[in-house]
Amino acid sequence: MACFVVPATEAVVTTIINKHIKKNEKKAEKENSQNGIKENDKIRFSEKLSWLNKMLWGGSALLAFEHLWHGEIVPFFPFFTAASDKASLVTMFKEMATVGVSMAVLVTAVWGVMVAVSSAIERKSKLREDNN
Amino acid sequence: MTLLITVFAALTSSIIWYKNTNRNLNLGFLSLMFWGAALMWFVDSIFEYLEDPALVFSPAAGDMLNDAYLGLCVVALGLIIWFVSLLIRDPLGKFKKN
Repeated sequence: MACFVVPATEAVVTTIINKHIKKNEKKAEKENSQNGIKENDKIRFSEKLSWLNKMLWGGSALLAFEHLWHGEIVPFFPFFTAASDKASLVTMFKEMATVGVSMAVLVTAVWGVMVAVSSAIERKSKLREDNN
Repeated sequence: MTLLITVFAALTSSIIWYKNTNRNLNLGFLSLMFWGAALMWFVDSIFEYLEDPALVFSPAAGDMLNDAYLGLCVVALGLIIWFVSLLIRDPLGKFKKN
């Protein structure tokens, strides 16, 4: 019905956060280069957060298309066919709270695993570099 | 069926991303988009299964065909989104002024 709205909302929030983080990283990078501090070759957190953004935006867009296919969303107000009567609206919100939230949680959890694995790989390669 | 087709699209794009050393093509975006959609449809399937297991494992032939057609359209849409994003980013500078 409208489950994709939850991950799409999360995508909006993470995109805003990512813009802020990118700005701070650029500032720190500029300060470091002025102070002669060498940058490490770790993947930036903004880059890692962009993985989540891509999964959330892409997934939501493709799911929105599926909803359009099934006639659950329409290109005119109120956009959701379930929003036409109260009973369907309640079902829609229930679906958003169960399916939608679960989708957002699973995608975020998978992203968390990706970040953990990439950090472990980075740590391992740094250890190997230090030993050589 | 839509989930299955999206998972295959995600796997294929991930393998191409892994093998391709040219990062200009932004294949990471394509694979992450398909993985995101596949994860979301996976959750959808779990809830569908909890409601009525027969709907997931023994769907009607007509529904399966419609789902397969939807899956292919989803893959096509994903590729279009990726291609448009590639044109906008223009990593090789094909549209930039000399």
